[in-house]
Formats: sequence, structure tokens, C-alpha cells
Amino acid sequence: MCTMIVEKTNIQGSGKGNKGWFKLSQANVFFDHPTHLHMDYAINIDFIDATQEESKRIAIELTPDSAKNLIDTILESLKKGSLMGLKI
Amino acid sequence: MYTTDIYEGMIAETINISGYNNDEINAYFARPINKEKIGGIVLIHHLPGWDEWYRETTRKFAHHGFAAISPNLYFRDGHGEPDDIAAKVRANGGASDKQVVGDATKAMKYLKNLPYSNGKVAVFGTCSGGRHAFLAACTEKGFDAVIECWGGRVVMNKEELNDKQPVSPIDYTEGLNCPILGLFGKEDQSPTPDQVKQHEDTLIKHNKSYEFHMYESAGHGFFYYDKPVYRPEACQDGWEKIFDFLDRKL
Repeated sequence: MCTMIVEKTNIQGSGKGNKGWFKLSQANVFFDHPTHLHMDYAINIDFIDATQEESKRIAIELTPDSAKNLIDTILESLKKGSLMGLKI
Repeated sequence: MYTTDIYEGMIAETINISGYNNDEINAYFARPINKEKIGGIVLIHHLPGWDEWYRETTRKFAHHGFAAISPNLYFRDGHGEPDDIAAKVRANGGASDKQVVGDATKAMKYLKNLPYSNGKVAVFGTCSGGRHAFLAACTEKGFDAVIECWGGRVVMNKEELNDKQPVSPIDYTEGLNCPILGLFGKEDQSPTPDQVKQHEDTLIKHNKSYEFHMYESAGHGFFYYDKPVYRPEACQDGWEKIFDFLDRKL
């Protein structure tokens, strides 16, 4: 089925698509059918600029385990940066 | 039955039609070139979008002798690659049931008004499109058959209802006024076999004409040949059942 599970969060960042870099203002996280990944259900994340009408996005599709690993890896990076005194 | 000595011609193209609320939308339309009166099929695409599979399937129905139309349910959400538009729609909770059913109904009327229509039109859909096909056949008059392929969330709990999907489709079963063919996989997580049984029991309760087939070793989307869910045997048998059903009902 299409689960319709979607969680959104505001972000500040930039992403690079096939037409170069653009600003990102929102991440939409779905746990639903992926388009390309060979799985029934995956964590699909669209990074978009919600202030623009254009439908361009940075899209990723991850297995649930990969998504969890990515979260841990990001948190570990932030932790190391914090230990070095970087402002988080 | 196709034989190698038959002349076959087909026109397949994008057209504009009037959709829900008289909005102009586009649609993919395929029909065989012949002089006979033929039946029609409205294809309601799935949440992943108005994609290549739906174009191929529209042509498949035309190859089998039907006038087939697949309205772009996401026309109002802009244009781009189908998966990008689908992502945009998905982020907004999908298209509303009212709008989808409205678009499908207008597409049905378009087919019925064709000079070569035999006056009968079926509605077909997979996944969310299967759900919408059932919903359209229950809530609008004019459909002569419905083919629901693994329609998820025909059975919805109260927590799943929202402004765009305000009523669980199963609650409209009494209004179904045409025969239904349902194809499902036993390993599907939605609809689960229990939900399909509930769906079937409700059809029986309201004395509806139905044919349900549950495939062992198949889950969700077993027609999709480019996905790991593809099940060749179930796919082959499913298509045979669809065309047999259509030959009898249209």
C-alpha cells in the first residue's frame, strides 16, 4: 500500500541537484514505497526549498537499517565536533 | 484473441479533458483503430504517480480492444518528472478522494461520449488507484465494472481518516452498482488478508457481484515487473482474469 506516512521538518542548508546548488528549507521524510530502491518500503527523504514553486528536490531512498545508521553517524559527527569545541 | 494475421493499429496520445470541478487536466488516451463499437477503461494511477507503467498499461488495454484513458490526477500540482510531482503530492497528503473520483468520473463520461463507444466503461486501479477505483464505483453512477488490484486502505481505521480521505471506502459498499474483480496477494501488508476478508464479507452482506482472487506467495504490486514484488505467475494469471472479466462485463 501507500502508507501516507510523512513527517516534515524545517531545515537550513543547501543541496546540489543536476542544475547546481540551491537552498533547502524543508525535509520531507516518508516511510513508503521507494521509486528506485528495490524494497517494498523504505525511508525516502526529499530535501526541498519549500519557498519555491519548482518541484526540484534532492531525493534519497534508504533501507530502514541504513537510515538508522545514518542517524547514528550524523550524531557521532556532531558529538566529535562538540568535543573539538565547535558550536552546535 | 490476437492472431498474427490481424491488422492492428492504435492511437495513443496525451489529450486534455475536463476533470473534477470542470478543471482542465491532461490524460493519456489509447484506443485501437477500428470501426467497431468498443468498451472503455478508466485507469486511476497509483500514488507513485502518472508514470510509465500506467502509460504502458493504458496501451495494453487498447491492444486488447478497449478505449483506455488514464487521467493525470496530479495535473493541478505542476509538471516535471512523474516521481518529482508524486513526491510533491505525497508531501501534501495525496490528492483528495473527492478530486480523484471527480476526475475518474469525468474520464468515464469522456469515454462514453465517444462515437465508437459501446456505452460501457470499467474503472481500473492498483494500490491507491485500486482503492480509488472501488470508491468511484461505489459513489458515482455510470461505471459498468471495477477492477481493484491490491487496493490498500479500502478498510481504514478512524485515526487514518482526514479531510482528504474522510470516509473509509468500505463504508460505501452498499452503493456499489457494478460487478467487481479484486486481485490480492496473501503476503501483502495492506491490504492484509484479514482486510480483504472484511472487504469480501461486506460485499456479500450487501449482495454484490464480486470475484476476488488471493495469490499465494505474492504481496503488494505483483504486476510491477521492475520491482522485487513482481510475481510472474500471479501477474500472468491476474491479467488473464482481468481480460476474461472485461470480456464478460463490457
